[in-house]
Amino acid sequence: MSECLPCSTDNWPDLERGYRAMLPREILAFIDAHRHQERSESMLIATLHQVQAHFGHLGPGHLEAVAQLMQIPLAKVTGVATFYHYFRLQPRGRYLINVCLGTACYVKGAEKVAQKLQDELGIRFGETSKDGIFSLESTRCVGTCGLAPVVMIGDEVHGPLTPSLVPGLLESYLARAAEDLVAEPSR
Amino acid sequence: MPLPVSDFYRSLADRAVRTLADRDLENQILIQVGSATCEHAAGSQAVAEEFVRHIRASGRKDIVIHRTGCTGRCSREPILGVRLPGQLPVKYERVNRDLVHRIFTEHIQGGVPVMKHVLDHDGEALPEREFLFCEGDRCQKGGVDLRARFLELLAERGVEPHRVGVATTSCFGACGLAGGAAATYLLVRPEKILYRVASEADLLDILQEHVLQGQVVARLRVQEEPIALEFLERYGDVAFFNRQSRIALRNAGVVDPESLDEYLGFDGFKALATALERREPDWVISELTKARLRGRGGGGFLTATKWTLARQQADTTRFIICNGDEGDPGAFMDRSMLESDPFNIVEGMIIGGFAIGAQKGFFYIRAEYPLAIKRIEQAIDACRAHGLLGRDIMGSGFDFDLEIRLGAGAFVCGEETALIRSIEGERGQPKVRPPYPTDRGLWGHPTVINNVETFANVSAILRYGGEWYSRIGTPKSGGTKVFALAGKVRHTGLVEVPLGTTLSRVVNDIGGGVSGGKQLKAIQTGGPAGGFIPAAMQGMEVDFEPLQKAGSIMGSGGMIVLSEDDCMVDIAKFYMAFSQEESCGKCTPCREGTTRILEILERITLGKGELADLDKLERLSRLCQRTSLCGLGRAAPNPVLSSLKHFHDEFLAHIQDKHCPAKKCVALIRYEINPEKCIGCTICARNCPVECISGARKEAHGIDQAACIKCGNCFDVCKFAAIDRV
Repeated sequence: MSECLPCSTDNWPDLERGYRAMLPREILAFIDAHRHQERSESMLIATLHQVQAHFGHLGPGHLEAVAQLMQIPLAKVTGVATFYHYFRLQPRGRYLINVCLGTACYVKGAEKVAQKLQDELGIRFGETSKDGIFSLESTRCVGTCGLAPVVMIGDEVHGPLTPSLVPGLLESYLARAAEDLVAEPSR
Repeated sequence: MPLPVSDFYRSLADRAVRTLADRDLENQILIQVGSATCEHAAGSQAVAEEFVRHIRASGRKDIVIHRTGCTGRCSREPILGVRLPGQLPVKYERVNRDLVHRIFTEHIQGGVPVMKHVLDHDGEALPEREFLFCEGDRCQKGGVDLRARFLELLAERGVEPHRVGVATTSCFGACGLAGGAAATYLLVRPEKILYRVASEADLLDILQEHVLQGQVVARLRVQEEPIALEFLERYGDVAFFNRQSRIALRNAGVVDPESLDEYLGFDGFKALATALERREPDWVISELTKARLRGRGGGGFLTATKWTLARQQADTTRFIICNGDEGDPGAFMDRSMLESDPFNIVEGMIIGGFAIGAQKGFFYIRAEYPLAIKRIEQAIDACRAHGLLGRDIMGSGFDFDLEIRLGAGAFVCGEETALIRSIEGERGQPKVRPPYPTDRGLWGHPTVINNVETFANVSAILRYGGEWYSRIGTPKSGGTKVFALAGKVRHTGLVEVPLGTTLSRVVNDIGGGVSGGKQLKAIQTGGPAGGFIPAAMQGMEVDFEPLQKAGSIMGSGGMIVLSEDDCMVDIAKFYMAFSQEESCGKCTPCREGTTRILEILERITLGKGELADLDKLERLSRLCQRTSLCGLGRAAPNPVLSSLKHFHDEFLAHIQDKHCPAKKCVALIRYEINPEKCIGCTICARNCPVECISGARKEAHGIDQAACIKCGNCFDVCKFAAIDRV
């Protein structure tokens, strides 16, 4: 049986080197580990998850690198990345605030909390604050309905919230961001 | 020489028992801390750290912190259990750092529980021993209320109530174990002894020997253990818990979700060992047939039938998938099970794989559930390391492995064909069925997809028998269902009850009724694909068919309680906005239909609706139902249709009177200041974001209606109830 030839372009080694330079080592290892396995294209979503976890979003360059290194058409990679809500194509702030607008939170007043967050941060859903610290998004149910209404900041769930608790909550994250800056000024 | 399966299992279980015995938890002071997403959010980790600090400072070596999953009593988290050797465990609610200090000094060191913070308990002291009477339907056949009689006997003998507590629980499920039904069962805590009593003479013996002398009455003792024994031992005194029948959740909140040994200690993997030992996939399927287990993801398809369909295929490359893409807003039972008892789900998957002859299984879990993913990863790794996954499982020659695939925030991926596409790495858009996945599923091979809760029941069915399982539940559907109770209810959380239990029992008896003393308006079941059950129908039995007849569905088990303060048009709009946003866009009826339905609903809530809109809504909804490609589109109009059916008046009020009866729709309400009640404190004016409230200090204020944006801030901040919402 003849080997398949994924690298049919003359300049593939150069291109590959360039794309490999765009992704961190652990993601390259992940792609390489599955590359020659059966149905390796099914690992696309898992790969995109890793890229987003590393960079915070999926930029055009990231998508192209993934497409080339996994040998999946860029059109399909883009199609998948845009289909799923979890993938973000724009950079986001240091802390992603996800306001749960699931039913339980909705009937318990999530809209007021959402409004307060928008007022306090001066941004709307889908935007990032000027200092680059907060991005605001909404989500449908994080599955902690017993604590409704909840807001997820990063990986942490906060609830039950009221509009009056919002400023203090944001303060605590600002303080954390300031501490981090002191600890690692280069960031 | 390879070991036979039973030897393999025994050596594994024995090792676990030895490890557990070395820990000697029975003779230690046990501090039980919940560790699932809700508990973490409520601060359980800080509480655990505080205890570690206290233990270290005290220098004591006999105190152990035991990590467990979630009990499902969300509104009182973090819940903490303290058990002193030989005593009944005490549960505390809403524990924080300050309370940790009190619990440590007063209870753990001083031996006196901090009564004021005990979960759901008003009394002054806790009993030393508790007798739990089964109140299952099959138990009370004798006609004598043995529990009432026992209470009388206790009083006659002058046993003080603080020494012996008496409570009722829902069915232990023991009737199937010991045979014969003309008796009732009672469980004694903390000794974990189960008695079968049929007469007053039996009660007298228990009173004489067990209560007064502390001797076990061997004659009446039943050797078998009820399925949720450990759970009842820990939580049996709390009404919220002892009125449930825990099968799928039997280990949740009891077992350490990260310990294979503990799971083995609760008879974990015994069902798998039995199935592999018998080498008969047909036996597994026949037990499931007897159990009448129906898919818990919402469809209610008989699990045994689905497995048989896949098993009969000529293609021998087969897959099994666990659908953990719990996207319904308001549902969190799958997350809780994955986080609290992951080995049980893994065991159910392996048994399923064995039954249909699959080589590989996939967990499809939402990326929004990081802890669930972590726990399942750990469980899979532990199983691989101990010969429970991979090649030649338990020495039986059966090869099977599991892999996790993450969702990425697309609700439609809960639909089985879309889920398959997503695992394949594609956009999660559904396909036309047939062919069904059992014919041609993942990569074109026969595939079984079941919900997390379905798998959670499998090991229990094999362990206790299909007949036992079918006896719990209704003639059409065996077993229990877990509901995620949320919304305007006092006790939010996870509730597992036999199918056929009334809605009222779930919401009022277990959930404690509507919060804030408000009137119940409706119960929403089934999430965005479900509908509303009006308060007048709360006596209805919860099962697949009755719910469907009432215009709702069982769905995955979300149950949202709505009160008089909720506007049905608004909630219908909420669900339609959800479905519209989550529509994948592949087929026109769903993509366009949901958009137009939403537009009409928006118009109505803005007070711009016309009577003809109601007719349009109905026709459009039916069209969307009939012609959409997948379940999402077909079910999306359900909330609209069921609210139109049961709450037609509210729609009319919005359209004809331009009035929102629940005073929820912003465009239809107005805020007014009652000059008689207003004392002129100015707090409303100071909190008004558009400065439309004016008035001098100590004089009645007024609202400029033209400028008011109806945010309701003034209404919320007024301390004198001087602002009316009309």
